[in-house]
Amino acid sequence: MKAPPFAYARPDSLAEALALLASHGDAARVLAGGQSLLPSLNMRLSSPRLLVDITGLTELAGIRKQGGVLRVGALTRHCEIERSEEIARHVPLLARAAPHVAHVAIRNAGTLGGSIALADPAAEYPACVLALEATLVIAGAQGERRVAARDFFRALYTTALAPDELLTAVEFPLPAPGYRSAFVELARRHGDYAIVGLAAHGRVENGTISDLRLAYLGVGATPVRALRAAAAMEGRPCEPQAVAAAQAALGEDLDPSPDLYHSAAAKLHLARVLTGRALAALVQ
Amino acid sequence: MSQAPATEIETSFVLNGTQVTRRIPARQHLVDFLREEMGLTGSHTACEHGVCGACTLRVDGEIVRGCLMLAVQASGRKVDTIEGLSDSGELAALQSAFHERNALQCGFCTPGMLMAALDLVKKRPAATREEIRVHLSGNYCRCTGYHAIVDAVEAVLEARREGAGR
Repeated sequence: MKAPPFAYARPDSLAEALALLASHGDAARVLAGGQSLLPSLNMRLSSPRLLVDITGLTELAGIRKQGGVLRVGALTRHCEIERSEEIARHVPLLARAAPHVAHVAIRNAGTLGGSIALADPAAEYPACVLALEATLVIAGAQGERRVAARDFFRALYTTALAPDELLTAVEFPLPAPGYRSAFVELARRHGDYAIVGLAAHGRVENGTISDLRLAYLGVGATPVRALRAAAAMEGRPCEPQAVAAAQAALGEDLDPSPDLYHSAAAKLHLARVLTGRALAALVQ
Repeated sequence: MSQAPATEIETSFVLNGTQVTRRIPARQHLVDFLREEMGLTGSHTACEHGVCGACTLRVDGEIVRGCLMLAVQASGRKVDTIEGLSDSGELAALQSAFHERNALQCGFCTPGMLMAALDLVKKRPAATREEIRVHLSGNYCRCTGYHAIVDAVEAVLEARREGAGR
């Protein structure tokens, strides 16, 4: 299928991009890697009048350590996340999640900011930013504002971003000593949409887990933090009894909606299986 | 240089080593431009939403989906197609291994498979059989198995490793 007709613009500055978004409102869509936008255009699921290609904006590129955070530009592509030494050192969860995003040819084009701004409930990075309590940096006509990951994902494909705003970067807090991450996902085939996935991050000291953050993808309209399951592990070693308590508590945290192939019960079961795997990986 | 909103844009890029300049409709995919305007029909269009990989192209040295990139986005970049890489001989070892092992199945995915396989051979010369499968997973179409294709890619990787070891 072919995309419907639209105009295309490629601004070279953030100010120019924001002006285009402000003047075209809902009729404009932001084009970054295009790996979700172009399929939706090809399938005629949306028909914007203008695509604003932001890939020329240097303000949205680059990875750098500043203050207590690693700032990753919104235009950072999945393949760059996989290869970045800074990300491997400071945000290993993101580096582990990246290979699960679709396939090589798509990871060469798709971006961190695109994935987060679209907020597909089966996408990997939204769960990662939730688990890592990252901050989303947003630019608009009024200037820059920062939104905590927990306040960013509002509903299905709906975020705190206004139509005339751009996600410019993600700030990941640099982990304190003793923190570890694990990313696990189940898909029918490597690179397919996740059935269920889990981004886990927490402190491991002498085999004991604390400050655990469990963020699930593919279980609802947005990524979901499981607070009760995490509380069940607080201060406990990764032993069968504690893991079973966390898995049991997960039933109160998650209320997965069924998809074409999996019932809600099957999804909850798989989320519990992944919880066990992620906890084992954390203490390994 | 910034591009103001337009539905047709003069676009220049290097296609298989030759500079190309054309006025291109904004909505046209890169693979459609190559097939319909440049007569390069080696890259196939099938699913047209990024799932099958039959349209795989190389842009600035990295493989991408030709159906998920607009032709106007190729501006200033270097695009290589299955035709260019066949003519330059870059694909010769893989083509010969695919031929020897009849690694074709229905053959529709073959150009994309070769593009993805070349990317693997160049970037991950130590890839295992499992890694070959993961790398080619973006090119699965409607056949199944892909066994002979994995065999062919593995044979090329092994031959290169032996060559390098001598």
